[in-house]
Amino acid sequence: MRRGAVIVAIAALALGLLAFVPWIADGYQLSLAIGILNYAVLATAWTLFSGPTRYVSLATVAFFGIGAYTVAVLGEVLAWPVVLLIALGTGSVVALVVGFATLRLSGVYFVIFTFGLAELIRQVVTWFEVNVTRTLGRYVFVDISQEQIYWQLLGLTALVFGAGYAIRRSRLGLALRVIGDDEVVARHLGIGTTAAKVALFTFSAGFMTLCGAIMAPRWTYIDPAIAFNPVVSFQVLIMALLGGAHRLYGPLLGVIPLTLLFEFLLARFPNHFSILIGLAFMAIVYAIPRGITGLVEQASARLRRGAAP
Amino acid sequence: MSGAALLQVDGLTRRFGGLVAVDGVSFAVGEGEILGLLGPNGSGKTTVLNLISGALRHDAGQVALAGEAIHGLPPHRVARRGIARTFQLVRPLGSLTCRENVAAALAFGRRRVFGTGAAAEIEALLDRVGLGGRGDALPEALTYIDQKRLELARALALGPRLLLLDEWLAGLNPTELRQGIELVAALRAQGMAILMVEHVMDAIRSLCDRCVVMNAGRVIAQGTVEAALADPEVVRAYLGDDDA
Repeated sequence: MRRGAVIVAIAALALGLLAFVPWIADGYQLSLAIGILNYAVLATAWTLFSGPTRYVSLATVAFFGIGAYTVAVLGEVLAWPVVLLIALGTGSVVALVVGFATLRLSGVYFVIFTFGLAELIRQVVTWFEVNVTRTLGRYVFVDISQEQIYWQLLGLTALVFGAGYAIRRSRLGLALRVIGDDEVVARHLGIGTTAAKVALFTFSAGFMTLCGAIMAPRWTYIDPAIAFNPVVSFQVLIMALLGGAHRLYGPLLGVIPLTLLFEFLLARFPNHFSILIGLAFMAIVYAIPRGITGLVEQASARLRRGAAP
Repeated sequence: MSGAALLQVDGLTRRFGGLVAVDGVSFAVGEGEILGLLGPNGSGKTTVLNLISGALRHDAGQVALAGEAIHGLPPHRVARRGIARTFQLVRPLGSLTCRENVAAALAFGRRRVFGTGAAAEIEALLDRVGLGGRGDALPEALTYIDQKRLELARALALGPRLLLLDEWLAGLNPTELRQGIELVAALRAQGMAILMVEHVMDAIRSLCDRCVVMNAGRVIAQGTVEAALADPEVVRAYLGDDDA
């Protein structure tokens, strides 16, 4: 109980301090901060589902793109909160349908399907835009400043962490850990595994969709290749794994260094970016399979053993 | 056995391709009874447990718990109706502590107790199987019999009306076997109905009220342990034609 209160207090303090960033930072720093928050939301949302269940999803950008496209289509027509709600609804419905259709798959089949899903949605949107609306690519005219994007993302970050904290303490959180450990045993312990997985997959997708919607006004122009760029899904996966997907704060430890690294790589080696990302991915999985949090836990366990008489 | 049975199995059948693994099996388990399910390896005993617990779909027949049909239900619904099982090869949840292993079953079984209200009950369950004080341990730190105890505690946490034990006493040394038999006997004394697949004769003789003997997917004898084991067809199934 006391420990929970301390964690909440520290989180609230950090949030309060971070809210001042737009007044201190210059344009470049603010854009970097937005990038970090963007990936913090995506990687933490990814971990909500994939962390405990160990179902590796590459559908992150499918939901991110749905959010971004909703803004591109409706941003000028409707009030901003309504646009966000519609984006959330669309992303959740897609996640629900996809979840029921695919969460019976396991292992590598699920990975490949989620990757295919993002591509499928991109192709469908492209087809629709070319054949029905006859425009490939849209301008995003929404009157939202960089500062407002930052604050919205900060709010979403707080929400995704709050939700993750609550889920970990809930029956659903326990169910997902059991499912990740042994799905057969989970079923025999009375856990409706499909319902639990679909519920959390949808919940996680909701955050990804909102994130895409909030980020959309950063681009003045989007087309399906930008909104549904598969590299985003891979980056989120790498960040979550580097940080450590078995802790709620784990992904954050991967997001901060890797956002900075990717920013650097993209600026210096734009043509070799994908290759370098691939190499980073292999190095991380090979060298630190339990992520930075795993290293920290190991070190603190060693310290405690050393201190014990 | 008197009155309606707790578990009633009628004409249960399951095919794997051309092989009929379970062929028209019928038997009943009464309230508070321990029924042994015996037979040579490959005779279909574990398949029967898998069919009852919902792990496998049946091709024909019926299973009823306290008069309500449960065949065709998915495993989690069968568990919530009150049938708990252990596994032939122990399957503790390796990344959860002993306490969390039991907490999961308590949270999703018949009772659905979760959170602070569950703490005392979890300790009581661990105590009951002889794992008192081991709540924080991970299953990998437990000995083989203690892992089996943990699986039993987890099954009991579901609040079952019927317990399915799949060779729960196999692979134990003589001391552990004695402790194991005492533990199961204690469960019976508390009124738990048990259906156990078992090969250990000492356990069968001292625990089972009745037994059902299977061979090649069919029931070839049932009744008291003495009578069933003396049945000529059972002797033939175990020893082969020439020796009978």
